[in-house]
Amino acid sequence: MGIAEQHELVFRARGLTKIYRMGQVEVPALRGIDLELFAGELVVLLGPSGSGKSTLLNILGGLDTPSSGEVFYLDHNLTEAGESDLTQFRRDHVGFVFQFYNLIPSLTARENVAVVTEISQAPMRPEEALALVNLGERLDHFPAQLSGGEQQRVAIARAIAKNPAVLLCDEPTGALDSQTGVVVLEALEKVNRELGTLTVLITHNVGIADMADRVVRLSDGHIVESRANPAKRPAHELSW
Amino acid sequence: MIAALNVLSALDRKLLRDLWHMRGQVLAIAAVIMGGVATLVMSLSTYDSLTTTRDRFYRDYRFAELFVNLKRAPEPVAERLREIPGIDRLETRVRAGVKLEVAGFADPITGMLLSVPDSGDALLNGLHMKRGRMVQPYSGDEVVLSDTLADAHRLEPGDRIAAIINGKRKALRVVGVAVSPEYVYQIAPGSMFPDFKRYGVLWMGRNALGAAYDMEGAFNNATATLARGASMQEVLDRVDAILGPYGGTGAYPRKDQFSNRFLSEELKQLQTTATIFPAIFLGVAAFLLNVVISRLIALQREQIAILKAFGYTHLAIGWHFVKLVLVVVALGVAAGTALGAWFGRWLADVYQETTFRFPYLDYLLNAGTVLMALLVSASAAITGTLFSVFRAARLTPAEGMRPETPTVYRATVLERIGLQRWLSAPTRMIVRHIERRPVKSLLTVLGISCACGLMMVGNYQKGAIDFMVDVQFRQSAREDLALTFIEPTSGKALHELAALPGVMHVEGFRDVPAMLRFENYSYRSAIFGIEPEGRLHRSLDRDLQPVRLPASGVVLTDHLANKMLHVKPGDLLTVEVLEGKRQVAQVPVLGITQQFLGVSAYMRQESLNELLHEGNVLSGAYLALEPGAEQAVYAELHERPRVLGMVANASAIRSFYATIGEFVLFYNLVASLLAGAIGFGVVYNSARIALSEGGRELASLRVLGFTRGEIAYILLGELAVLALAAIPVGMLVGIGLVGILVQAFESELYRLPLILNADNYASGAAVIVVSALLSGWLVWRKLGKLDLVAVLKTRE
Ligand SMILES: Nc1ncnc2c1ncn2[C@@H]1O[C@H](COP(=O)(O)OP(=O)(O)OP(=O)(O)O)[C@@H](O)[C@H]1O
Ligand SMILES: [Mg+2]
Repeated sequence: MGIAEQHELVFRARGLTKIYRMGQVEVPALRGIDLELFAGELVVLLGPSGSGKSTLLNILGGLDTPSSGEVFYLDHNLTEAGESDLTQFRRDHVGFVFQFYNLIPSLTARENVAVVTEISQAPMRPEEALALVNLGERLDHFPAQLSGGEQQRVAIARAIAKNPAVLLCDEPTGALDSQTGVVVLEALEKVNRELGTLTVLITHNVGIADMADRVVRLSDGHIVESRANPAKRPAHELSW
Repeated sequence: MIAALNVLSALDRKLLRDLWHMRGQVLAIAAVIMGGVATLVMSLSTYDSLTTTRDRFYRDYRFAELFVNLKRAPEPVAERLREIPGIDRLETRVRAGVKLEVAGFADPITGMLLSVPDSGDALLNGLHMKRGRMVQPYSGDEVVLSDTLADAHRLEPGDRIAAIINGKRKALRVVGVAVSPEYVYQIAPGSMFPDFKRYGVLWMGRNALGAAYDMEGAFNNATATLARGASMQEVLDRVDAILGPYGGTGAYPRKDQFSNRFLSEELKQLQTTATIFPAIFLGVAAFLLNVVISRLIALQREQIAILKAFGYTHLAIGWHFVKLVLVVVALGVAAGTALGAWFGRWLADVYQETTFRFPYLDYLLNAGTVLMALLVSASAAITGTLFSVFRAARLTPAEGMRPETPTVYRATVLERIGLQRWLSAPTRMIVRHIERRPVKSLLTVLGISCACGLMMVGNYQKGAIDFMVDVQFRQSAREDLALTFIEPTSGKALHELAALPGVMHVEGFRDVPAMLRFENYSYRSAIFGIEPEGRLHRSLDRDLQPVRLPASGVVLTDHLANKMLHVKPGDLLTVEVLEGKRQVAQVPVLGITQQFLGVSAYMRQESLNELLHEGNVLSGAYLALEPGAEQAVYAELHERPRVLGMVANASAIRSFYATIGEFVLFYNLVASLLAGAIGFGVVYNSARIALSEGGRELASLRVLGFTRGEIAYILLGELAVLALAAIPVGMLVGIGLVGILVQAFESELYRLPLILNADNYASGAAVIVVSALLSGWLVWRKLGKLDLVAVLKTRE
């Protein structure tokens, strides 16, 4: 709770629901979410498969819109924003990291980062961002020439290079083994610590929750638990 | 639909859903196949219709196989001709060039009056009566008109016209309107195009015409059929031997008969059209199918592997994709056949109206033609996709479950030479995409450029005709009026003509039929003697500059010299005059001239007179008239008995443009439609494939905050580069295609100039730009529907 009081409120969600309509069938993915996220926090989102984690993250990141309820980013109402406002929001404030990296195969590591820095306001240099994830040596390799862990670190560098206010990571270690996963988590931890970026991290591994400032648990579209983690452990101590 | 789906196998249902899913691409490719099939069906069905009609017409109306003109022979000579072994039937006729008068029409009309027997039907060259009846035996003034002339002047049985026969006016009564196998294509001697208002053929009883033309008991034309197995050359030689003393100008076979010759050339062109254009379309369609099916198979790798794992055979999988291709082909062939039949019917009508006259023209769409279209399209399509389908069929389940090895990208040439600083990351993506698949990019460029090329070919005709008309009438035959005398006339006649009010300038000419020989080559033609520095009638060199005719030598049209007689300047040409004293002389070839219509041999008039051992004698004259004086001069000359015929250039050009208007419209429309189909087919498919291949990348970029415009730049930028590259390539393709046409259509009747003007190039480029914009717009709409979230959930 301490952190929540000290830091600025970044996201505020009230009564968020999301219902997917597939023909006649309605699939409720979120059933009323209230959530506040603060600057500088590292939040881990846990929950069983299908509980709505990705849906929530995508709404926060401006990739999707809720069926009802409200989300505020600082004083911007994301629920009322149009398609181009959301694009601008993602462009200026959000960094994404996904399970399958989603790098551009035709661009090198450096250029995959540059593709974002070229359209940002006050980015770091691509080389700097890559150095931050310890990839200073592999600048001119294409994704196909990098390992999964390295590709994921390029994705992190790409996400943080524009100095975003928020870093949203959906199962960033999902496709990696535990050892490589730790390297990736260390990179995220370093970014969160050194740049003070609000980081939200979805995972299936309860072990990873140990590195969080706060753990939020979802089940069946509800938040069933939100607890601070006073016994925060560095990423390199984790394993699963 | 649902019920229908249930009876299908699961795999066939997949096929239908795949097709439905790719419906835009399927339609675009089917449209390209349609273009190929339409041109194929159009040309072949028109070809079939024309040949079948022609053959039937020739057979039913006993079209002759041998033709000969002579000055005059007494009728008994015909018996000697009939005795020549190999002659089956022979018929003599009287044939008279006349001037015609039709009430209310002031321009000169020339006609060819032919005799029909007074007793019984004509043995050969029967007439098909369209209206009215045949002339009655021994009637004095009845004539049957060719339908072209009758239609052009709305003349009907019962109407009256007049003819100047041998300098004497004769009133004639129209009793019928007919078509003849001998005059399916009608054009006045010495004129450039058919002019139905100013030239026509008429038939009259033998006695009446003989009396009017001083040919009682004599003939000046004979036609014959040959007995089975007879040697044409031997018969021709014997006919010439007999008729030589009677002024025979050389017998010739049906294949050299003008109307038939022209018809054959046109049919040959249809065959060329039936080969070149479908080949282009089907080649492009094969390429597109290759790209689309390869992509589909790549996308369905895992599905294929799973089907295999469940026990589907190689053959079943291969056949599945072949069926998919065949459905596209079937769509294209069905649409193409319908469109081709419509084009064909239209083209046949245009032919019938403007060029060829048959008693009937049965439009014929053979099952064989459709079957051929189907076979050709299917084999092109299957050839195009064979390799991909084969790979899909051979894919082992284990292999298919593994992701495909990732594409390897490299820094491009542009970057390796140090330009990367100037390229933004999106621009680098464009360049790398293009460079990664050079062959595909190249084929795409070629495919798009075909659209440009086809468009240029379609619009080529108009410019070429303008050019030919310009060369012919504004540079070469610049006279306002060409007139021929009834027989060679003293050069003094020129003074008389020059003195007529309204005549500004006069030049005389002498022409004489002649056989030209060089080594083994020979050609029956005429020698034209003109003034060496004439202002009106001139021959032109390769650069279309007037040439000053050299003294005592002959100058030949390039086609005649190079392709027919194989002579070059300096060679000695043997000239056998086919008239009068029938001189034979060796004449040096002194130059080559360029001419698009017909072929000719030119000499100085005085040199020709010398060759003919005669004084200053003329066959006719070219006149330049004061503007506005035309009608008065025509009227004046019409009254002169020595003037046989007149051709007025300005009105000839006008009527020509009126008749070809429809042809030009037809070809422009067909070309635009088909070029559009190709252009759109290639660009749209490339765009959709690029979208399918790059969709994930682009969605990822959207997630990162790129706008729709920015990702569109990456996707459409690549296409724009290819489309722009296709413009110059397309222009080269256009030049190449026109070059092929020019080559293929080259004959002694005419040669098309290789002329492409700014309009042609612009229309070619426009097709590309329009197809690119249209495809771009469609893809732009698709980009708006990219599912950003979906790509994040799946592995590549
Ligand atoms: N595009 C969609 N259409 C229909 N239903 C969807 C769609 N996306 C998600 N859902 C449904 O919404 C619910 C929540 O999905 P979500 O992806 O948020 O789950 P998740 O917690 O991220 O699960 P996982 O841990 O497996 O990634 C699920 O029941 C899912 O089936
Ligand atoms: Mg998820």
